[in-house]
Amino acid sequence: MIHVSAPTAGVSKLRSMQEAIADAVRDGDTIAIDGFTHLICFAAAHEIIRQRRRNLTAVRLTPDLVYDQLIEADCVSTLVFSWAGNPGVGSLHALRRRSEQGSEQRIALEEYSHFGLVCRFMAAANGLPFWPLDNYRGVDIPRYNDQIRSVTCPYTGRELATVPALHPDVAIIHCQRADVEGNAQVWGLMGSQKEIAFASKKVIVVAEEIVPTEVIRRDPNRTIVPGIIVSHVVHEPWGCHPSYVQGYYDRDNDFYVKWDAISRTPETYADYLNEFVYGVKDRSEYLRKMGSGLLDRLRARSRMCEGVDYGY
Amino acid sequence: MAIETAANPTASERMAYRAAAELHNGDVVFVGIGLPNLACNLARATHAPGLYMIYESGAVGAIPDRLPVSIGDPSLVTDSLSVVSQADIFQCFLQGGRIEVGFLGGAQVDRWGNINTTVVGSWEDPKVRLPGSGGACEIATHAKRLLIIMRMGKRSFVEKCDYITSPGHRHPDGRTRQDMRLPGAGPSRIITDYGVLEFDETGEAVLTEVYEGVTPEQVQAVCGWPLRVADNVRTAVSPSVEVLTLLREKLDPQRLYLK
Repeated sequence: MIHVSAPTAGVSKLRSMQEAIADAVRDGDTIAIDGFTHLICFAAAHEIIRQRRRNLTAVRLTPDLVYDQLIEADCVSTLVFSWAGNPGVGSLHALRRRSEQGSEQRIALEEYSHFGLVCRFMAAANGLPFWPLDNYRGVDIPRYNDQIRSVTCPYTGRELATVPALHPDVAIIHCQRADVEGNAQVWGLMGSQKEIAFASKKVIVVAEEIVPTEVIRRDPNRTIVPGIIVSHVVHEPWGCHPSYVQGYYDRDNDFYVKWDAISRTPETYADYLNEFVYGVKDRSEYLRKMGSGLLDRLRARSRMCEGVDYGY
Repeated sequence: MAIETAANPTASERMAYRAAAELHNGDVVFVGIGLPNLACNLARATHAPGLYMIYESGAVGAIPDRLPVSIGDPSLVTDSLSVVSQADIFQCFLQGGRIEVGFLGGAQVDRWGNINTTVVGSWEDPKVRLPGSGGACEIATHAKRLLIIMRMGKRSFVEKCDYITSPGHRHPDGRTRQDMRLPGAGPSRIITDYGVLEFDETGEAVLTEVYEGVTPEQVQAVCGWPLRVADNVRTAVSPSVEVLTLLREKLDPQRLYLK
């Protein structure tokens, strides 16, 4: 078969972060901002906070600082997660203040291990009602989560744990580069981005760079999310700080360490949100507050790979 | 200020050094955050340059040129052998039986090696909300051998865990790993700041090794259950000046883990 021209719908999905969040995220939605340490889109979370979304069910393996901020800003009523800490540093204090003895406000917690939560996305992405896994025997995780059940294998008779499909209303996927239709290319740690994108009803792709479709086509193996499942595309350089983007900028580890003191009391937490989230209108204003010294320090040193030959 | 010398390594340095000795060249190890991370990188810098490090973040065959602050550090990706999705890490690598050594810490451990990293108190209304499982439950289920690294104390070495996040050799109700058909062999050592515990044929922890100057009575005093002690308790080898210099100046100069 011969294509006279490359098949493209030709419709740009490019929006500002403000437009994309306003259009895609509703009160009461289930949202998943993915990225595992790498590619965590703080810019999207900050916009959700500014737009004062409420009663969200927030899903992430590692809530990280990004969901702790959503929790502190009263956006979240239910947290679905598998490891809730500040990696290498300590606690998520907004979460602890809403989940421990004596907490005045509580949020609902639905807790898995990493593998179990990944399997919920696997089921949804692959169009199945549940996913089996060889796990959760001899532990208390299923005692406190009735979504974890079991099935008997029809071939071996073995009992396997199961988890149900999880279909977020909105997935937010940060990537190194995408075209205006949302074909998103990622390298470095991939988290569960592909599975979450395919599991979700709407997908917002956020990119460090918007590139011509021609650039995507030159290296198609690198496309992790195809544009056909993407609803919005946002161009947001440095959109992950204090998280990182391989090849673009390093993780701001000093910030993660400093965050422990900032987040320890509601007062210092509020000061932070007032200055760096409510107090700025968008990401570029946030970046101006960072100062050029910080961005220069975090900017990645180049380490190009050799490329591959797609010829035939 | 006390000067750290080879004669007085800190507890974390002893633990990292002792844990590193459990890792052999060529072992496929699933590296966890904290001291396991430091111990693996110490082993790789000394006796096990061919240690095959896999991180749950998806980095496979990682050779980081700085101590990774988190298990998702970008230095784990640069020059690694492969980078895969989390679905692949947990299914192909871990559930598929490709991991030889798992490496976990925790807030509480019992005599069977069951670990709690989830809550102190009840799950519904906890005194302390801890991070939870992460990959720990599936690592303890599937790794062919498991190393536990934890500081001792009556609140951490407990008669009964408040919550079992990761399975040890035996559930408190008596079921063994075999009864529960757990694929991995379970914990082989608990490496502590006083010495090392191994597990007997019933799956119970036994003190087999202490650091220089530590007595079994001192170890019992920081253990929440009546501790079984081996007939011949060995004395652990202390880290050399070279190893301590490597740990302090090269591997963890910021004292991220060597607290």
